[in-house]
Amino acid sequence: MRFAIPLVVLALLVGLFMIGLRRDPHLVPSPLIGKAAPAFDLPTLDGKRPRMTDADLRGAPVLVNFFASWCAGCQEEHAYLMQLAQNGQARLLGIDYKDAESDLRPWLTRRGNPYGVILTDLEGKAGIDWGVYGVPETFVLDAKGTVIYKQIGPMTPEIWQHDIQPLLRSAT
Amino acid sequence: MKRRVACVLLLALAAAGARAEVQTVKPEIPLTPQQEALYRGLLPELRCLVCQNESLAESQASLAADLRYEVRGLVAKGEDETAIKKYLTDRYGDFVLYKPPLEARTALLWAAPFLLVLIGLTMLFAYARRTRATPATRPPADEAALRKILDDHS
Amino acid sequence: MIPELGHFAVILALGVALLQAAVPLLGWRRHDARLMSFAASAAQGQFLCVAAAYACLTYAFVSKDFSVAYVAENDHSQLPLIYRITAVWGAHEGSLLLWVLILSAWSLAVSVFNRRLPLEMSALVLSVLGMISTGFYLFILLTSNPFTRLVPAPAEGRDLNPILQDPGLAVHPPMLYMGYVGFSVAFSFAIAALIGGRLDAAWARWTRPWTTTAWMFLTMGITLGSWWAYKELGWGGWWFWDPVENASFMPWLAGTALIHSLAVTEKRGLLKSWTVLLAIIAFSLSLLGTFLVRSGVLVSVHAFASDPSRGMFILGFMVVVVGGALSLYAWRAPRLSSDGELRLFSREGLLLFNNVFLAAAAAAVLFGTLYPLVLDATGLGKVSVGPPYFNPVFLPLVTPLIFLVGLAAAVPWKRGDWKETVRRLRWPALAALVFGGALPFTLYGRSTPLASAGALLGLWAMFAAVQDVWRRVRAKPDLGSGLAAVPRAAWGMTLAHVGLGVWALGVSGVVSFGDEHDVRLARGTTTELGGYTFRFDGAGESQGPNYTAQEGTVTVTHGDRPVAVLHPQKRLYPSQGTVMTQSSIDIGLLRDLYVSLGDSFDDGSWSLRVYYKPLVRMIWLGGVLMFFGGMLAVSDRRYRLARAAERRAAEALEGAAA
Repeated sequence: MRFAIPLVVLALLVGLFMIGLRRDPHLVPSPLIGKAAPAFDLPTLDGKRPRMTDADLRGAPVLVNFFASWCAGCQEEHAYLMQLAQNGQARLLGIDYKDAESDLRPWLTRRGNPYGVILTDLEGKAGIDWGVYGVPETFVLDAKGTVIYKQIGPMTPEIWQHDIQPLLRSAT
Repeated sequence: MKRRVACVLLLALAAAGARAEVQTVKPEIPLTPQQEALYRGLLPELRCLVCQNESLAESQASLAADLRYEVRGLVAKGEDETAIKKYLTDRYGDFVLYKPPLEARTALLWAAPFLLVLIGLTMLFAYARRTRATPATRPPADEAALRKILDDHS
Repeated sequence: MIPELGHFAVILALGVALLQAAVPLLGWRRHDARLMSFAASAAQGQFLCVAAAYACLTYAFVSKDFSVAYVAENDHSQLPLIYRITAVWGAHEGSLLLWVLILSAWSLAVSVFNRRLPLEMSALVLSVLGMISTGFYLFILLTSNPFTRLVPAPAEGRDLNPILQDPGLAVHPPMLYMGYVGFSVAFSFAIAALIGGRLDAAWARWTRPWTTTAWMFLTMGITLGSWWAYKELGWGGWWFWDPVENASFMPWLAGTALIHSLAVTEKRGLLKSWTVLLAIIAFSLSLLGTFLVRSGVLVSVHAFASDPSRGMFILGFMVVVVGGALSLYAWRAPRLSSDGELRLFSREGLLLFNNVFLAAAAAAVLFGTLYPLVLDATGLGKVSVGPPYFNPVFLPLVTPLIFLVGLAAAVPWKRGDWKETVRRLRWPALAALVFGGALPFTLYGRSTPLASAGALLGLWAMFAAVQDVWRRVRAKPDLGSGLAAVPRAAWGMTLAHVGLGVWALGVSGVVSFGDEHDVRLARGTTTELGGYTFRFDGAGESQGPNYTAQEGTVTVTHGDRPVAVLHPQKRLYPSQGTVMTQSSIDIGLLRDLYVSLGDSFDDGSWSLRVYYKPLVRMIWLGGVLMFFGGMLAVSDRRYRLARAAERRAAEALEGAAA
């Protein structure tokens, strides 16, 4: 019987790899999920108020989207974010990550602005507090300001419909 | 060996875009010799999230530079190793620790090498006992002849 | 036209490989010598086909044929000729073609050197090799064809990744593949033995030189890779426990164990089933490494574009090859009986302790590498397992191994005697204690537990190995005849064990006394490290064949004595927009001084990384010594001259079996 042990080990490994092949090992799940959004106090871009804090997010669900004009993935998701904003399906807060204002403005002019408010995080400090490691990243917050979902990489219709909308529905 | 390749490409892609990401110049944070030692000791134990197979000590990614700066700031403030690691895991999860903490789900990982040696030794002792328990079969004549022929030439 | 010929040659090779797998097996079933001897011709024909395919791809690279997709992705009109030749294996598809070329070269070698083996044996071995080849040709043709055309052809190629434009990396993959693929021969011998039911001292004797050859290439491949990473990555590391490195380290550990257990099986007829299993495992781990590196199942920031369909294919292939082998093993191994009795305190007993630690080490690397995947797959979250795990865990596994190296050589086969062993080893032990204790203080004026332990163990392995040869020499009346009487296999073993000792000295030295500075220097300012003064003399532009560089000048002095002028570079390769750091190193047997450039600042100052790396050369010197040790062992006359004897022995056995 003991001569069959290597075969059993192989079977276990193969099973493991079958599962592994369907996963992306690069994704780092956020420890923030289920917790209150991290505190921040950032300057706004053309806002009514010069600064905004995490307290201002409460009251209704919001998508906090870290983006930058230099990031390719952000261009990719931009049209869809515009669509979400125009349909009124989502309230979007943009946090412009390590980006120059002189680059951002023409970028927004060309592509449109889906964000209710844009905050600027020039030094990337807020990015670190939110555990951002590669823009675009999108956090879904419920009305109480709790993080309920994190999307790493561009937002897509599939993710919005299959993962985020049901969560938002059950949260309200 | 080509571990850095993809990461270099990643950085290059960012750089090749029309605009680059902004890296603000930050003032240097002075450390006492003890703090410097703590800082140097910590960096190799922290994993870069952009160049995922490099530690913060090695990585050239700009996030790594930012995180080094944060860690340096925390060390200067007098935070200890536990507090600094907690600061990072609160944000990025255990993924950021290259040395997984000893807890229920990693107990097997830390025990494995010693269990493996133990299993190996047990098998070896059991095997030695088995060979002694079975009556020593004389090698058949042809095997003896074979060995003699082989040995003559070695 | 040429690329189509190449593609056709691969298809032809597949056909020949299929025949090589099927016909000899059929011949073996029917006891038909003619069918069995077809195996050798098939192996030779297959080699011609794949060599032609490889030549076609090389031609496409050299002639800058960007209409071939793979060439367009990895070649560039300004790439120097030498890198256009090595670019053939610079990415996934071409490196697979190199892999099958090497596999076919091994088959060719088996078909030539195995002519003295019983026909049944060599036919079965070549048949198994043919099966493995078949799988890889299918893999190439179905998922990774390097000859696919691109329409329309681009005007310019995307260039070989600049990080691969280095002589060290040019030779690293072929060496590594020689090792990986070489274990397929030991694997095939094991399968042939399980099928044919013949597993004896002669089998072990035949398998040994093949295993040692593969092992020595793998040793060299890993050593080159480590050296390349050290000088190319810009921060002085020489081993990272990256999954890619682990993928090469696991077969190395298993192969090292196999070399030692083959010795036991040959000399004492013991532990046959374990030896066969190890031969299967060594090659299986090579396959596993290929899977891990090319499937993207683990985070290994690596050049190969990962693709799940490739992953699925290799996984399926592994299930067939390894699953088939292990099933055969489970079925046949229970019949393998050991002759004689094992005493733990004997040469073979100690070699088996060595096997326990080597196998545990290989399993521990596998476990650590896959653990993040296990947790992720079972929904227990993501963790990282890196150097801070592997380093402390490996220390207690390696330490007993090095101790055993010295001990085992002094203990005779069958039954050792404690008193005699202690008497024999008292001088090497004493010398290791005295010199090992003194060495760190002599070189660095201080010591750490790790440095002392490393020096002691390293010298112990070296002294004991040398004393073993000395004992053989002393057994003869005079030095000349004594030296002549030592077989090359013994010289090889000694050299490899000295290499292990040198390696241990290097590792403990560089880990204990290595130092580094990360400094920002203005022109003319200095920094001190390891007793040396590094003065930054500014940076200027410099032009390479296909890159532009910022080149710094760093003058190193020791007291008043000038030591070196270093020129670290920061290169920009415009074809891919890639920036690479090129470190500059003053090499010494006792220490390296290593400088790499960081970022420049507006005021003309630069950030520099400066490293003091004591004994780091010993790490690679150890690997090189092991390589030459393997080479000496393989060239031993008993593998060459004893062939006639082997044939006689084989005939004697067959006569007895009939």
